[in-house]
Amino acid sequence: MPIFVKRLLAALVIVLLLIAMNQYMSEAGLFGFGVPPYYARVIMLAGINIILAVSLNLITGFTGQFSIGHAGFMAVGAYSSAYLTVFYAQAWERSLAGVVGATLAHALIFLLAILVGAIVAALAGLIVGIPSLRLRGDYLAIVTLGFAEIIRIVILNIDKVGGATGFTVPAYTNFLWVGAFAVITIVVVYNIVHSDVGRALVSIREDELAAEAMGINTTRYKVLAFVISSALAGMAGVLFGHYTSFLSTNDFQFIRSFEIIIMIVLGGMGSLTGSVLGAVVITIMPELLRRLPGDFSRYRLVVYSALLILIMLTRPQGLLGTREFGLSWLKRARRRSEGDKPAGSGGVPIAEQGPPSAIDSEERA
Amino acid sequence: MDTFVQQLINGLTVGAIYALIALGYTMVYGILRLINFAHGDIYMVGAFIGYFMAFPLGFATGPSLLGLSVVLIGSMIAAALVGMAIERFAYRPIRKYARMTTLITAIGVSLLIENLFVVWFGAAPRAFPQLLREQSYTLFGNAAISKSQILIFAVSVALMLLLQWVIFKTKVGTAMRAVSFNLNSAKLMGINTDFIISFTFALGSALAAAAGVLTAQYNPQIDPLMGIITGLKAFVAAVLGGIGNVPGAVLGGLLIGIAETFVVGYGQNVGIPTTFRDAVAFAILILVLLFRPTGLLGSTVQEKV
Repeated sequence: MPIFVKRLLAALVIVLLLIAMNQYMSEAGLFGFGVPPYYARVIMLAGINIILAVSLNLITGFTGQFSIGHAGFMAVGAYSSAYLTVFYAQAWERSLAGVVGATLAHALIFLLAILVGAIVAALAGLIVGIPSLRLRGDYLAIVTLGFAEIIRIVILNIDKVGGATGFTVPAYTNFLWVGAFAVITIVVVYNIVHSDVGRALVSIREDELAAEAMGINTTRYKVLAFVISSALAGMAGVLFGHYTSFLSTNDFQFIRSFEIIIMIVLGGMGSLTGSVLGAVVITIMPELLRRLPGDFSRYRLVVYSALLILIMLTRPQGLLGTREFGLSWLKRARRRSEGDKPAGSGGVPIAEQGPPSAIDSEERA
Repeated sequence: MDTFVQQLINGLTVGAIYALIALGYTMVYGILRLINFAHGDIYMVGAFIGYFMAFPLGFATGPSLLGLSVVLIGSMIAAALVGMAIERFAYRPIRKYARMTTLITAIGVSLLIENLFVVWFGAAPRAFPQLLREQSYTLFGNAAISKSQILIFAVSVALMLLLQWVIFKTKVGTAMRAVSFNLNSAKLMGINTDFIISFTFALGSALAAAAGVLTAQYNPQIDPLMGIITGLKAFVAAVLGGIGNVPGAVLGGLLIGIAETFVVGYGQNVGIPTTFRDAVAFAILILVLLFRPTGLLGSTVQEKV
């Protein structure tokens, strides 16, 4: 089968699956089966977290630039798109509905909102990235954290978007949107990582000076990765805001950025499937802990943080390390049983202890 | 002019607290290259230990200098033990792994302490007992300085001098400097690096606990989440001064404390709302790092391939 037919088929299957899943999760249900709203909510948040984790992995896992400002870009996306949907979208949707019908108009307006959120977040990423990415390691980390906090406090002081009281936003997001954009994010990041740009990014992570010596414009590539990552985070922010239909700057505190980092480190930095796994685990874990028997449920968050420490103590490279989980694992297992040497892992080859070597090689003068 | 002096005094008070906490961040970073995110929570733990010492010992009812000293020193010792325990059980096993792993562990420890304290003592703020009879002295004009402010200045200056003495005049301090210069070489020279790291955590935690008790005297309200934002700003102060640099941490802390107080006091005159108080630390940090990428007093690092 030609490769493009294969890909087309895969895309078709994914689209059908998403539509079926969307129907399954809606109130109507699929063939009489449905998901209770609580589970639907967890699944939705997991999807949004997948977008956040995969996009952060591009900059932190693959490029080795330690950013703790992801929540800031998420906030930029969420608030800028919400500004659009709250103040303009209803009127536009009404006039557009006369031309293309209500459903399509609804979808088009939300698509526009997502684009706006992504573009504004990308711009914010550019503004933050150009000066910050001159810094290395922990200094970069604290500056991105600082920018994110400044973004949050600035938003807090804009009365037009609710300020401290919060901002009520129309609910547009359903599972189809989250699922589709999660898939798009994974495909985009996968393709970047496996392109010549991706090679450049990985070389920056492995050794920035050596990469520069090989003629790679490290600043350009770092800013590029940062901007793409911010745009994707902005998108996740749009989906998040229009799902919860209420925005508060409390949702974008630095603890949120930490949470996203926890997801990618837990899953394994430099592994896309790891990010997905990490996002799902971190979303579900606190919810599962709600079911602790009796009085123990009070200790839910205590157990959560203790588990986090335990996982790091027992699997410091993350659940998947730098490996990718996928069909190649099954193939490899079969080949190994046939007595062959194990094949490549399918992930991007790197040292097992993981990034970021640029920070580790710093010597004190 | 009066208000200026007043703002300066208030700013230095806040700054001294930040400086005390920043010292712990900077010492641990200097030795382990670890951002110890749980350090802000040690500050909170220190305040809580002080709170729970003051009541059973009876100091809560009758303010006295003796009671204050006992509570202060007791909470410093207890927090030092907590800091050493954290290092021993959470950080030591993963010291050899990638930096990101230790960082996540630090965040995990921070969350663990916060959540544990919320479960044990509730999230509602508690009133810290008055260990010192509060009194205000007029300096000149209308500028006033309160007894708890004088206490903060006196104790923090004393502790900083003591720290300087420990680092530069004692054997263990020499070992600390050697370990921060190069851990592996220090080990080869026969230094017990595990002990030195443990000692550094103890020192830093004791300073943070002192900051906690002093803050609770000045602003008598403690809650399990009080360490988050204060800890973060103290960390910013450490980076601002040049992380790993002890005088830098003090300088950074004082600068941020003063800047913050001035934004609240004068910001409105130039159109900066008081809610920007929490943003000013970061704004200064970003500006400084753009021109001096290793902080105010940080030494430039030669890059090697």
